[in-house]
Amino acid sequence: MPSLSGPLHDPAADAGWQNPPPRKGFFTDTSVCIGCKACEVACKEWNGVPDDGFNLLGSSYDNTGSLSASTWRHVAFIEQPAKPASSTVSLGMPSTVKPGEAMNPESAVDFRWLMSSDVCKHCTHAGCLDVCPTGSLFRTEFGTVVVQEDICNGCGYCVPACPFGVIDRRVGEQGQKNVGIAQKCTLCYDRLGAGKTPACAQACPTESIQFGDLDELRERAAARVEALHAQGVESARLYGDSPDDGVGGAGAFFLLLDQPEVYGLPPDPVVPTRDLPQMWRHAALAAAGLLAGAVAAFLGGRG
Amino acid sequence: MSQHQAELRAEGRADQPVQSQDGMRDRRRRLGKRRRDEHQMVPDAVFTSYYGRPVVKASPWEADIPAYLFLGGLAAGSSLLGAGAGLTGRPVLRRAGRISALTAISVSFAALVHDLGRPSRFVNMLRVAKPTSPMSVGTWILTVYGPLAGVAGAAELLAPFAGRLPRSLRMPVQLLGRLAGPAGVGSAVVAPAVASYTAVLLTHTSTPTWSAARKHLPFVFVGSAAAASGGLGMLLAPVSEAGPARRLALGGALLELGVEHSMEASMGITAEPLHQGAGGTLMRASKILTVLGAVGSLFGGRNRVAAGLSGACLVAGSACTRFGVFEAGQASARDPKYTVVPQRQRIERGESAGA
Repeated sequence: MPSLSGPLHDPAADAGWQNPPPRKGFFTDTSVCIGCKACEVACKEWNGVPDDGFNLLGSSYDNTGSLSASTWRHVAFIEQPAKPASSTVSLGMPSTVKPGEAMNPESAVDFRWLMSSDVCKHCTHAGCLDVCPTGSLFRTEFGTVVVQEDICNGCGYCVPACPFGVIDRRVGEQGQKNVGIAQKCTLCYDRLGAGKTPACAQACPTESIQFGDLDELRERAAARVEALHAQGVESARLYGDSPDDGVGGAGAFFLLLDQPEVYGLPPDPVVPTRDLPQMWRHAALAAAGLLAGAVAAFLGGRG
Repeated sequence: MSQHQAELRAEGRADQPVQSQDGMRDRRRRLGKRRRDEHQMVPDAVFTSYYGRPVVKASPWEADIPAYLFLGGLAAGSSLLGAGAGLTGRPVLRRAGRISALTAISVSFAALVHDLGRPSRFVNMLRVAKPTSPMSVGTWILTVYGPLAGVAGAAELLAPFAGRLPRSLRMPVQLLGRLAGPAGVGSAVVAPAVASYTAVLLTHTSTPTWSAARKHLPFVFVGSAAAASGGLGMLLAPVSEAGPARRLALGGALLELGVEHSMEASMGITAEPLHQGAGGTLMRASKILTVLGAVGSLFGGRNRVAAGLSGACLVAGSACTRFGVFEAGQASARDPKYTVVPQRQRIERGESAGA
């Protein structure tokens, strides 16, 4: 029986793989994301993911809204008011004041733009995988979590199970590709098998999306966050990197510049399976109570 | 949501939090409606989100699933009543219980298949047996329960026609009749699991209101199952035989009402969806119907008309409970408040998962 929660070095071995390769993952460094959406496009092209409507959502440059069955990489755009950093160097860009006239630093309200490419976290303890009743969702030899689309019967249980709101059942007209079936990022399982980099990381022009062995990515991320702190970017923090968090650490983790919920991420995600033994105990107790109650109803009283 | 609100939410940061506009409006509405409400003690939520969008996803389930939660409970309790009535010589109650169980579980089965994104792949449920998946566990529970309840129910359905059947069918029907007793008892042994596992089906998710109810919901659901099946027994059997149904119904109603109350008290902000919107309306209806049914069966249970009406109230109350809990959970997943605020509170108390 695989472990249900807590730190776990090798989820592939825990799932029964013999001598699996090193665990693979993503480190998404949002501090260098430029919001180009090349990752969204590359993902759709490689994986044959259909469009999810051409909508203008009115939320900055974000017109896909969230991860979904047909959006496996999602770039979030957050516009925040912020004072311009005092150390910036003038590049002689066009401005709203006369040349040579200094801008009053008090009234100079600039804004900062946070951009982040979100993706399936490939959790060490994956809620979606735990609840899947068909075995369609499985742990690959790379430690990632993948849907087998020919097995999924569209029960939809993985959708509310995910603490990050990643996986979804594809909607559309019956007959279109994988409609009615749960879909999400596979960390390009097919490319991994061929020794290639996943499409999004391959396409990312700023190396905001970095792919590699998870152990190495964690070291790289720790060094990056230290470097940013040294440069005065105090708000830099890692999200999903710790094996001690509620999902046992994510296979795809992030460097963020604000609180997770600002990006639409849960601040303290926990795999629901952590509490499953307790839930089964309560359910067993309740069932025993019902049986006892029914027996008492027949034995007690008159008529 | 207006764009203005969306911006407010998006721009609100931890160091300059913004009030949730929805939260303020809801609170005012509640204050106007009810004088005393223990949930007034919960302070208004201050939280940040990404354009007010949900963090977790609501289940893609529709009315099929709460209908199944209700009918599964009804079937389970009816099997218990049918078996007990068979063992204690109450033929009408036995017949009612067995046929109700068969009918309810058959409709449940149809609802469960209909709910799938690919109904034709239903059998894939039988590929694996996974204790971490309440749906897999439930599939196997129903695989055992369904045929047992089916044999007992089918025997009751065919019994009146036994004399008129062609000679070739008499043997199988006689065999069915002999199997009905053991099958009925067997179904009653499995039935409590049918009634209680459905609570874990909901609570083993990241849906805030369901997850927060995890300690109490199995007891609410078995109470609801007992109330519904007892109520149906009171409706279908004469008062001379319906004593056990009355007692089961009354006990179930009290358990449901009592545990539901302490459940809400333990849930913090995630109890809100049980008081608001469609979920709130259904839960209020459930309480009224269950109280009416319980009082009616306590004082009028020996009057045929009063017993029937009380039973109907209890059946309807149980349906409202299941649909109410379902809708409240769906609403809690759609509003980022119920995901972010409890998690932030956990972090502030130093009780985060990683702490």
